[in-house]
Amino acid sequence: MTSLPHATNKKLGLVIDLDTCVGCHACATNCKQWNTGGHMAPLTDKNPYAKDPDGVWFNRVHSFEVKRGKTNPGLTVNFPRSCLHCENAACVTVCPTGASYKRVEDGIVLVNTDKCIGCKLCSWACPYGAREYDENEGVMKKCTLCIDRIYNETLEIEDRQPACVLTCPAGARHFGDLADPDSDVSKLVANRAGRPLMPELGYKPTNSYLPPRARRVEGTDIGAQNKLEAVSPRKGFLSWVDNMLSR
Amino acid sequence: MHPAFSVIFFTTTSGAGYGLLALLGIFGAAGIIPSERWFGLTGLVVALGFIGVGLLSSTFHLGHPERAWRALTQWRSSWLAREGVLAVLTFIPAGLLAVGWVFFESTSGFWGVMGIIAAILAWLTVIATSMIYRSLATIFQWANFWTLPGYLMLSIMTGALMLGTIVMVFGHGNRVIQGTVILSIAIAWVLKYVYWQYIATHKSLATPSSAIAVDGAEITPLDPPHNSANYLMKEMGFSVARKHAEKLRLISHVTLFALPLLLSVLVYFTSGPVAIIASVVAMLSSWLGVAVERWLFFAEAKHTVTLYYGAQSV
Repeated sequence: MTSLPHATNKKLGLVIDLDTCVGCHACATNCKQWNTGGHMAPLTDKNPYAKDPDGVWFNRVHSFEVKRGKTNPGLTVNFPRSCLHCENAACVTVCPTGASYKRVEDGIVLVNTDKCIGCKLCSWACPYGAREYDENEGVMKKCTLCIDRIYNETLEIEDRQPACVLTCPAGARHFGDLADPDSDVSKLVANRAGRPLMPELGYKPTNSYLPPRARRVEGTDIGAQNKLEAVSPRKGFLSWVDNMLSR
Repeated sequence: MHPAFSVIFFTTTSGAGYGLLALLGIFGAAGIIPSERWFGLTGLVVALGFIGVGLLSSTFHLGHPERAWRALTQWRSSWLAREGVLAVLTFIPAGLLAVGWVFFESTSGFWGVMGIIAAILAWLTVIATSMIYRSLATIFQWANFWTLPGYLMLSIMTGALMLGTIVMVFGHGNRVIQGTVILSIAIAWVLKYVYWQYIATHKSLATPSSAIAVDGAEITPLDPPHNSANYLMKEMGFSVARKHAEKLRLISHVTLFALPLLLSVLVYFTSGPVAIIASVVAMLSSWLGVAVERWLFFAEAKHTVTLYYGAQSV
């Protein structure tokens, strides 16, 4: 069924910290490595070792230069882009075959590649470019939120997280239930004013992005003195010399 | 958006076919065109032929055409599935209309009702096609009021030009049909003009700032996420130079509307070989024009994902 569930028991998703992301592409690389052998496997490539390599990836790490007027300093923002597992996932409702679906139990959006006819309409319906067409297989592929890791009882409990989250060296990616207001991810969103992407389109994305913190430009921003003054000795030989010469 | 040849061919060909089928059904039931066997056979073979070839070509761009039957299952949520279901359903009254027209030389009574039902289903199919595009919030140039009437009216118009030609060839030309042709061209021209004005003066609320959830006066890409073009850039990032689009619009205005309108007015006031030749030229011109129009419909559509790849607005 490509009708969306009225409500999902959980809203599993990611919180991505744009303040700490260093743009190293480790999330994208580890995602590709895990998922080319996982639920959506394989993530095929065309010309992988030739001039114009092109392949299926679930994560793409962009970087932007943000100018913020004359008084504010500019920013470099590293921006990892992946499926947001939207509440109003139009990629699911447009699917004519029932290959796309959103799970009631956790809100994860998945593709059944045995039913997919490769019409690409879901990729047109996604504002965020989360779905990529696999030319070799003739079907659409997308992020599974590492469904084969997060419920995998053969893994240690601390490893039951999406590959992108586990590998992030900057701790910029967080995984959890965004329907639970007491979860760590929900608290992060509340404390850091997490934002959805393109909310004006009405997709209600589950994933949230934490905007860069206010930049600390002045010395006083970090508790330092605004102006450094010369240190003068108060006692001892140099103090005596100072006093004598100051007369 | 990348203008895929199979989709352009499908929407224009089946659009014209459904337009012709609907007019045959209505004018047949109304007794405005004769219930003569060979005329009916020709009209319905052309209409159903265009529809069939169009539908078949729509499966060519699929990754798995052998699974196309699955596309009929999700009509509860998907306009693409609804289009498929309506397309299949239309063949039933259309087939019965053909039975009445060809075997019994009758387009009244039960056969007339079939004609009307075929017309309604044909129009609903075209509306479903337009709703596939109309319902995509990602593409502002499609998700607006003018997409649906544009698709429906161009279907009626290209179908009317075909019907005008067929009745002329069979010597059944009459003023109601020719009037319909002229009127449909005029309405379609106005709708398409308004559509082009609308997309030139309005744009999506989505911005680079809302796309990355960071406020800024100017947001420009720094390092690319990948070295060579990926699926998203090839499929959604297709761009056509503004100058190029202006020329193609001009070609559309002339071949799709101006020339067919002029020739149709000529047909209205003439008869014999002049009228037949004018009808045929008007029809052929509209085919070229509608293909260019549909190409532009795709090429001028800006997907929100391009905001991540340097577009400043969509």
